[in-house]
Amino acid sequence: MAGGADATLLEVRDLVVEFPTRRGVLRALDGISFSIARGEVLGVVGESGAGKSLTGAAIIGLLEPPGRVVGGEIRLDGQRIDNLPQAAMRKVRGKRIGAIFQDPLTTLNPLLSIGRQLVETIRTHLPLSESEARERAISWLEEVGIPAARQRIDAYPHEFSGGMRQRVVIALALCAEPEMVVADEPTTALDVSIQAQIIALMKRLAAEHGTAVMLVTHDMGVIAETCDRVAVMYAGRIAEIGPVREVVKHPSHPYTSGLMASIPALDRKVARLAQIEGAMPRLTTIPRGCAFNPRCPKAMDVCRQEKPGLRPAGATMAACHLYEVENV
Amino acid sequence: MIAQLVSRLLQAIPVLLVVGFLSFAIFTYVGDPVSIMLGQNATPAMRIAMRHALGLDQPFLVQYWHFMVRAVHFNFGLSYRLALPVSQLILERLPATTELVMTSAVLALLVGLPLGVYTGIRPNGFVSRTIMAGSLLGVSLPTFLLGILLILFFSVLLGWLPSFGRGHVVNFTHWSTGFLTLSGLKSLILPSITLGLFQMTLIMRLVRTEMLEVLRSDYIKFARARGLGPRAIYFGHALRNTLVPVITIVGLQIGGLIGFSIVTETVFQWPGMGLLLVQSIQNADIPVMSAYLMLIAVVFVVINLVVDILYYVVDPRLRVKR
Repeated sequence: MAGGADATLLEVRDLVVEFPTRRGVLRALDGISFSIARGEVLGVVGESGAGKSLTGAAIIGLLEPPGRVVGGEIRLDGQRIDNLPQAAMRKVRGKRIGAIFQDPLTTLNPLLSIGRQLVETIRTHLPLSESEARERAISWLEEVGIPAARQRIDAYPHEFSGGMRQRVVIALALCAEPEMVVADEPTTALDVSIQAQIIALMKRLAAEHGTAVMLVTHDMGVIAETCDRVAVMYAGRIAEIGPVREVVKHPSHPYTSGLMASIPALDRKVARLAQIEGAMPRLTTIPRGCAFNPRCPKAMDVCRQEKPGLRPAGATMAACHLYEVENV
Repeated sequence: MIAQLVSRLLQAIPVLLVVGFLSFAIFTYVGDPVSIMLGQNATPAMRIAMRHALGLDQPFLVQYWHFMVRAVHFNFGLSYRLALPVSQLILERLPATTELVMTSAVLALLVGLPLGVYTGIRPNGFVSRTIMAGSLLGVSLPTFLLGILLILFFSVLLGWLPSFGRGHVVNFTHWSTGFLTLSGLKSLILPSITLGLFQMTLIMRLVRTEMLEVLRSDYIKFARARGLGPRAIYFGHALRNTLVPVITIVGLQIGGLIGFSIVTETVFQWPGMGLLLVQSIQNADIPVMSAYLMLIAVVFVVINLVVDILYYVVDPRLRVKR
């Protein structure tokens, strides 16, 4: 770890994101709190619709309207960034927090050469001349493993394969040396054989440049391999957060336990994978109390009444009444 | 690139042959040129001699061949109405129409494109809504009515601008231009607005729709996530991606403007090709009509070629390497 795990870089506290709709306000994120230290890799897992990507979008200030932050705060290096004006937020995006998106086939502008897009991004954030920026672009392309970068810098996105394009996207996200990167499912759209390469590349670059990473994914394998800590999200809340090893080996929240049991392992033989009964509720029908209570094998009366807060549970933090009871 | 252009040009040949056939067919079979030229009192012997002189007694395909050969040499015979070479008539009228069409097209682009971008960026603003409501008028108001209204206000009531004609023109060897005199420029204002308003609103609405679409795309989101400024995002990234459909439509519209500026030219008595065509139709002046048909076909072929070249310029994905 380059930065030392003690210095907090990003702090999210009680973040609430809502979508006003014709049928009332949908609360998509309901009081999310976590922090990321300098150089730390935090994984965020959860089912589709749990709010993983939304959390990332809120951090870089790019929630799709009509979604909006209605509560809580986001601090980068102690400074609030959730209420910055547009122009000030632009100086944060790209320069201090980079972003990597899911599908490299659609995230690059098809009509501009990759060199143009890199130079433009570098010159937006750094006081460099056109030719200096171009040299820097070439060295970034080399760094992310584009062969013959100097010859290929003027090529257009369609002349690269999906994996190569994601490397270009990573170069674009990192070229202004941000302190942190939000990577939203960076390998989901790629071939399985390419996924490991891209993850290894991101891991190496983050370590070399001391960049903190918030890695949003639903692939527990990627999390286990890459992250220092992991946050498990369920229905707009964090169910459990803690060191990867602990969350994987000794999950505290019943949802996390179910999630871990549903991952196939090569070293043990199982007739049938475990599954969690039911499905995650829609935002319109989130039950009272703990959102997981209808599916929870250990649900108690209190679970149907009160939302649990994050509490220490073993080596992790879990939002579950089981631990509240134990710890009182 | 060059190979593709050549193949495009080769594809144009059948098009021109078919249009030539149609021109030839109306030239030959609509009305009888012999009785038109000789009048009612000609003897049968005179008719036969005339038929022979005009080559009308030759087989069909031979006549078609001769027609096309003459057309390639820009020789379309004599106008029945004015007894002047058709090519000369068209050349005289060409500058007036070209200047009118180019002015309206430039006007439509210069106004339509920025308005489209603006209304695309702020689809829900008050100004955008006002512009969009106004544009409905531009799309739905018939050209002749708009022209007459403009004449009523600016020529009759206010007396600011001339209501007809080109004003003073400056003549060069083959070209007469109204761009160089004040009265020429003043005369150009009302007709070009009349002709261009529809195109302008069309371009604006098209650009707006495309902008709305493009601004939702992932690469715009990614450009925002990289902290690029609004100008780079809207003009550098978004507008460029809207251009392919816009080029297509503008190309077709310019072809349409040249071919069918008939109404505007009639309303403003603009001495262009549209007015010539109307007068020729009224007098069954077949040679002018068939020559006009050929000319418009050539114009469309040329415009399509230019549009194709612009596609290559705008979109690198179409620059296929061979």
